Amino acid sequence: MSEIRNYTMNFGPQHPAAHGVLRLVMEMDGEVVERIDPHIGLLHRGTEKLAESKPYNHNIGYMDRLDYVSMMCNEHAYVLAIEKLLGVVPPIRARYIRVMFSEITRIRNHLLWIAAHGLDIGAMAVFLYAFREREDLCDVYEATSGARLHAAYFRPGGVYRDLPEQMPQYEASRVHSEDEVRAKNINREGSVLDFIESFVERFPGCVDEYENLLTDNRIWKQRTVDIGVVSPERAMQLGFTGPMLRGSGVEWDLRRKQPYEVYPELEFDIPVGMTGDCYDRYLVRVEEMRQSNHVIRQCINWLRQHPGPVMIDDHKLAPPERGNMKDDMESLIHHFKLFTEGYSTPPGQVYQAVEAPKGEFGIYIVSDGANKPYRLKIRAPGFAHLASLDEMARGHMLADVVAIIGTQDIVFGEVDR
Amino acid sequence: MTTPSPADHLDSDKAHPLGDDHLSGWLAAFGATVSSAYGEQTVIVELPEAYGLLRALRDDPVTCFEQMMDLCGVDYGEDMASSISHPERFAVVYHLLSVSRNERLRVVVYLPEDNPRIRSVVPIWACADWYEREAFDLFGILFEGHPDLRRLLTDYGFIGYPMRKDFPLSGHVEMRFDEKKGRVVYEPVSIDPRVTVPRVIRHESVE
Repeated sequence: MSEIRNYTMNFGPQHPAAHGVLRLVMEMDGEVVERIDPHIGLLHRGTEKLAESKPYNHNIGYMDRLDYVSMMCNEHAYVLAIEKLLGVVPPIRARYIRVMFSEITRIRNHLLWIAAHGLDIGAMAVFLYAFREREDLCDVYEATSGARLHAAYFRPGGVYRDLPEQMPQYEASRVHSEDEVRAKNINREGSVLDFIESFVERFPGCVDEYENLLTDNRIWKQRTVDIGVVSPERAMQLGFTGPMLRGSGVEWDLRRKQPYEVYPELEFDIPVGMTGDCYDRYLVRVEEMRQSNHVIRQCINWLRQHPGPVMIDDHKLAPPERGNMKDDMESLIHHFKLFTEGYSTPPGQVYQAVEAPKGEFGIYIVSDGANKPYRLKIRAPGFAHLASLDEMARGHMLADVVAIIGTQDIVFGEVDR
Repeated sequence: MTTPSPADHLDSDKAHPLGDDHLSGWLAAFGATVSSAYGEQTVIVELPEAYGLLRALRDDPVTCFEQMMDLCGVDYGEDMASSISHPERFAVVYHLLSVSRNERLRVVVYLPEDNPRIRSVVPIWACADWYEREAFDLFGILFEGHPDLRRLLTDYGFIGYPMRKDFPLSGHVEMRFDEKKGRVVYEPVSIDPRVTVPRVIRHESVE
């Protein structure tokens, strides 16, 4: 009889199911995982070091590139931390816009997650459905901030600009006929808010479609039920946050428990899992999409009735109107000083966390009173989740590792920073 | 799966921080001081007492910090405003979170420059594993009793501690693929460090 022994297997860093540049060194006993040693850092860009050498506003763009599927939530934590240091409160309309975009970002993140997670464990079709809706949200990002992904839309003191009055429309070309374009432009006739509203009306039906494909699907259940079970006590020990913690049955959501912005004014529920397996975390995230949709609807109603400023009226923090700069010397000086030197914060240290789609995204700033952070630490939710991969996957089959990576919703931009 | 209604958690919505008096009395046993700024509480504790304090913060039902949200190093080695400078060069900062009491706490431990060493908190919070590896990797802080203290984020075979203030932003080596040798080679960096902030200004109240 031949000798049976453990062997070591390398997984990634170029594997489609590794969600980026994850390298795993796995010790296998046949098909069963004995131990996993994740090697990370292949996407390490030294964001924290870079931030120490740049004025505060210049770092907003780096925040987008951390968790690059939930861009605005990262910015949100950063600008809230700066506002906490400065003691600035943005106008109420800006806060509603921020909350609306945070929830749009949450839906975008969960759409990409459901698409990629499905694809990883064999449900090909969901990808196409999820990307159909994600495309519309990309258009909303683009219409509002000018960029489809890396928006840099939230600024200390408010948001970059108000929601545009006109949603951009498709134009006919050699490949797209007039009729085709007219059909595509039906819900793009009005403002950006009208377009978001039409999305919000349609979206619950879309979530039903994903659920039709997955929730009662026998194969989906075989791949996710009782895989990667984490008890509530263990989840807290391992530093879980967000859907990973709620999937284990701990009712914890920063939007409710330590509310920021206008979340206390809004109505939404926190879904909680029972068993802490991959299937429960799937159900939690699907319900979160529905709840986010509900929050967006409330924000739209409020924003329609309350026009107003979206940026504070302090030109030490916010750039002056472009028109004023043409004939007002002071505005020109303010603009120049703001974009070259920036502003300085009082000395001290703050930690500001937001409920990002993946969990608690925190920014810790140590300021020495200069116009740049002395130390910036980014607390990324994915970092703690990935660190627990060894414990979650131990004793499971090789194919389940892919399901667990998928359920952790890993993005390397934030893990490696 | 259950979906609790908003009314269920309305009573527990508000954070109810421990009063400063209460906390400082409790911390006095460890020789720690507590201060409050920006609505956040910071505890500074001497190195020998740090492990005992952190363990007590988790286990005592009065504090009950079940979660460690973040652990990071800070290098105070650069000239800076006197208001936050400290005689020791390094610091380890713990951000704790109590889910049951809905409260946060920051614990700061200062470490000397010549021997930055502190006891690992992995036995207290399992998630400290990677955070301590990261702090070791970026700052060279040693965590005694850590099960597997290896570099985490930097390249295989990296030399130096990149987040220290005396490490240049552009680094020491650069890497490229050499066609002739058919492998990746490391060379000293060819770019000069560049100042990206035209002028560092400081807050008025400092000067």
